[in-house]
Formats: sequence, C-alpha cells, structure tokens
Amino acid sequence: MSFAKALRCRECAREYTLSPNHVCEYCFGPLEVVYDYDAMAKAVSRRSIEQGPYSVWRYRDLLPCEGDPVDLNAGFTPLIRAQNLGKALGLPNLYLKNDCVNPTWSFKDRVVTVASTKAREFGFKTLACASTGNLANAVSAHAARAGMEAFVFVPSDLEAGKLLGSKIYGANLVAVDGSYDDVNRLCAELGDKYHWAFVNINVRPYYSEGSKTMGYEIAEQLGWRAPDHCIVPLASGSLFGKIYKGLQELTKLGLIEEKRTRMSGCQAAGCSPIVTAYEAGTLNFRPVRPNTIAKSLAIGNPADGYYTLKIIAETEGVGAAVSDPELVDGIKLLAETEGIFAETAGGVTIAGLKRLVEQGKVHPDETVVACITGGGLKTQEAVADAVPPALQVKPTVESFEAALLERFGAKKPVPEPAS
Amino acid sequence: MAKLRVKFTFPPERIQEPIIWEVGKRFDLITNIRRADVTAEVAWAVLELEGDQKDIDDGVRWVTEEKGIRVDPVEDSIIEG
Repeated sequence: MSFAKALRCRECAREYTLSPNHVCEYCFGPLEVVYDYDAMAKAVSRRSIEQGPYSVWRYRDLLPCEGDPVDLNAGFTPLIRAQNLGKALGLPNLYLKNDCVNPTWSFKDRVVTVASTKAREFGFKTLACASTGNLANAVSAHAARAGMEAFVFVPSDLEAGKLLGSKIYGANLVAVDGSYDDVNRLCAELGDKYHWAFVNINVRPYYSEGSKTMGYEIAEQLGWRAPDHCIVPLASGSLFGKIYKGLQELTKLGLIEEKRTRMSGCQAAGCSPIVTAYEAGTLNFRPVRPNTIAKSLAIGNPADGYYTLKIIAETEGVGAAVSDPELVDGIKLLAETEGIFAETAGGVTIAGLKRLVEQGKVHPDETVVACITGGGLKTQEAVADAVPPALQVKPTVESFEAALLERFGAKKPVPEPAS
Repeated sequence: MAKLRVKFTFPPERIQEPIIWEVGKRFDLITNIRRADVTAEVAWAVLELEGDQKDIDDGVRWVTEEKGIRVDPVEDSIIEG
C-alpha cells in the first residue's frame, strides 16, 4: 500500500489532495508527493524490500501507487564496480549504475512505470508526453503493456529514425510544425483540455517519484549504505533531486546510516544553465537555447534547476560542463574500459567525472557512483565517426596481415603457435 | 475570458523595463504575479494572464518577439529527451 498522504507545493508548502494536479493554485509552484513516514517506517524494513521483485516495485511501499503496477520490469539495474575505468581515472572505489539495461534502454522506464500506474489508478485511458527520445519510448511501451492509448508530441523536424522507437509500440506520433517552445506551449494547453495523462505535466508529481528508486538501489546494492559521492547527468534536474530524496528517505526510515552524500552534476557545455550558475556561485540560473549533440540533456529551462543548485550547495557537490567532443571521448572511454555503450548523457557523465577528478574536486578516497542513464544504440550518430572503420581485406592471410601492419604498425598482433 | 499561466524570464538588459505593466495595458490583460525574483543579473516572474484568447496570444507574441523576453509554460520545459 502507498503511504502517500498529500501533494505539497515546493514553494509555499500548501497541501492538496492526491489527484492529477501539478501546480499550486496559490503561487503556481510545483507540487510534490509527501508521505506519512512514521507509518511507512513501521511497514518497511531491509528484509521486506529484499523479498520484493527485482524491479523498482520492490520499493512499492515508498512509492505513491496503490494497485497493480504497469510493469515492464524497470529498474534494479546493475551497480558495477568499475575497476578498469577507476584505474584510468585514479578512482579506486568507482561504481557505475547502469540504467542502459532497462526495458526501453533508459532510466525513463522508472518514472514512466510509476506515472502510468498512477494514471491508470486515476482512470486515465491515454498516456501522453512531449519528447524527442527516451521518454517517448518508455511511454509508448508502457501504454502498450497497459492497453492504453499513447500520444507522443515531437517537433516536426525530428529525424525519422528517432521515432521508430516509439511508433513500434503502436503510439500515435504528433509532429508539431514549430519549435521546441511551441511544443511545450501546445502540450501545456492540451493537458488542460483533454483528459489525458501527460506523464510529465498533470501526473508529474507521481512521475518524478520513480527516480527515487535509483537512489534506493544504489544504497541497497552498496550493502545498505549511501555512497560518498554521486555523479548525475542534468537535464531538468529531476533525477538528481530525486536520487538525493531517495537517500534521505532511506535515512529517515532507519534503513541506512546518515551520511552526507555529495551530489554532483554534469551537463553538456552547449546546454549548461545549471553548471553555469553553480560556477557563478548563484542559485538563479539563466535559461539558454540548447546547442549540443546530447539531446537527452538539452533542456534550456530546467524545471528543477533551482532545487538542483540548492542540493549541490548543501552537499558540497560540484558541477562540470563538457564539450561535445569530450562527451564522445567519454562514451568511448566507458565502452573501452567497462564494456558499457552509453548514450550521449552517459558520455557527459564520464567526461564530467574525468574533468572533476583532474580538478581535484572528486577525491580518490571517495566511494563514487556515476549514473549512466541510457544505452548508446539510440544515439549512434554521435559516435559513428569516432570509431575506426573496419579492416578491409581480401580472403587471404597475406591481405589480412598487410591490413594489420597498416593499422597497428610495430604493435600489430603476431600469430601464436598452437599449444 | 481565457487564462494562461506563464513564466517570464528577463534578459539583463530588460530587467528594469515595466514589461508586465505594458503588456497588460497594450493588450487589455489582467496580469496577476504569483512569484518573482528580480536581481541585477537575473529576473523572472510567474504570473497569470487573463483576457480574450486573442489578446493573450498577441500579448505573448509581443513579449517574446518585440521585447525578447523568454515565455515558458509555468511547468518550464515540458519536452524531454
């Protein structure tokens, strides 16, 4: 059962009943789910969680849903000890939270399984979103599983290849003849007019709670302890804040010991309003027009930007913004050391972590968890030119060995005698 | 009468201009500010515009195109990757 008791405004603290509502009527601030933690603490234990399914739903008592979930088995992704990457970066206690392996290959499955479950509880028959990629895929897949309709809104100039990952599930794709800002405004208006669950609009308070599960899992998989330092890519800032909330909740419930986990964020330099504000020492960010290949992080006016900056300051976290070439190198470094092919956001995280280590802002004695939020096949074009072409050979040993010599020179592999 | 909830974000060079007063006067709109933060470097206001739908549309267009003010839904960026 859920221990959610109300929606509360993050700005003025006014409370509202649990309903598909996302904006405070008084100050127009964002609403957040609040829980009865005393009652929750009586029902939840490490053992009760450990006996749950290997998905986000092992934490169902900490989530705001009541009934059967719309469940594609999102979450409980691997937490990997990154010995090779750690050696390359000088971090002996580095872990990677690998959300590439979710059902639609990104962490968005966490938030959408919660949003779609809650939407169904509220009686919605249609899920909707505005998205250029991961969110659209997650919404489309979960709608298919739930037997709900799905409408996905995109700018009309989006590459066709990116749309297949949503259309294949039977979603209705709406190509809007306008800018990203136009899509934003249209969806805000449609959310008011149609009785559809826009997952990151009218059910946003529930949607965002799904991200807490990444924090829960990190702590559980580290042996019920919080890391010293979390490195998280920043788009709206919602994932960042909810990982922190997840760690705080586990502490409040007595499931982990209190620890100040440093929360640090990474962005692409072509869309870095939060990191720019952090570097300027202010909590007020200035919105930007995104210009980066890291499309999944290209949010120029991050809804949780202020809250992210507050958490960075409170936890003595840091921020880094990396160039597009650097993030491509980050993708390659992760793949070549740990065998994980991440999308551009993952490259931002790894390149940002590398920069922060070089700056002395991430310490070798820290237990560091870097969050890899999505798989690389969805952003192949970002690295297509960054990997060497195949060796072209004729079907002869001579041709192959000539190609080896040309590619590797003196370091070419040599045949080994059969043992 | 229609209503629209928006967030205005002002570039530094416009912070001292009475844009909210002016859009209300020009387009016969009721402007109801709910939250705002104005400093020397950054200024934003969350407000509700109330009036005829056409006047709201024209007013938002004037604020963005003539005055260079960023206008977002009160939910900020909705489209996600």
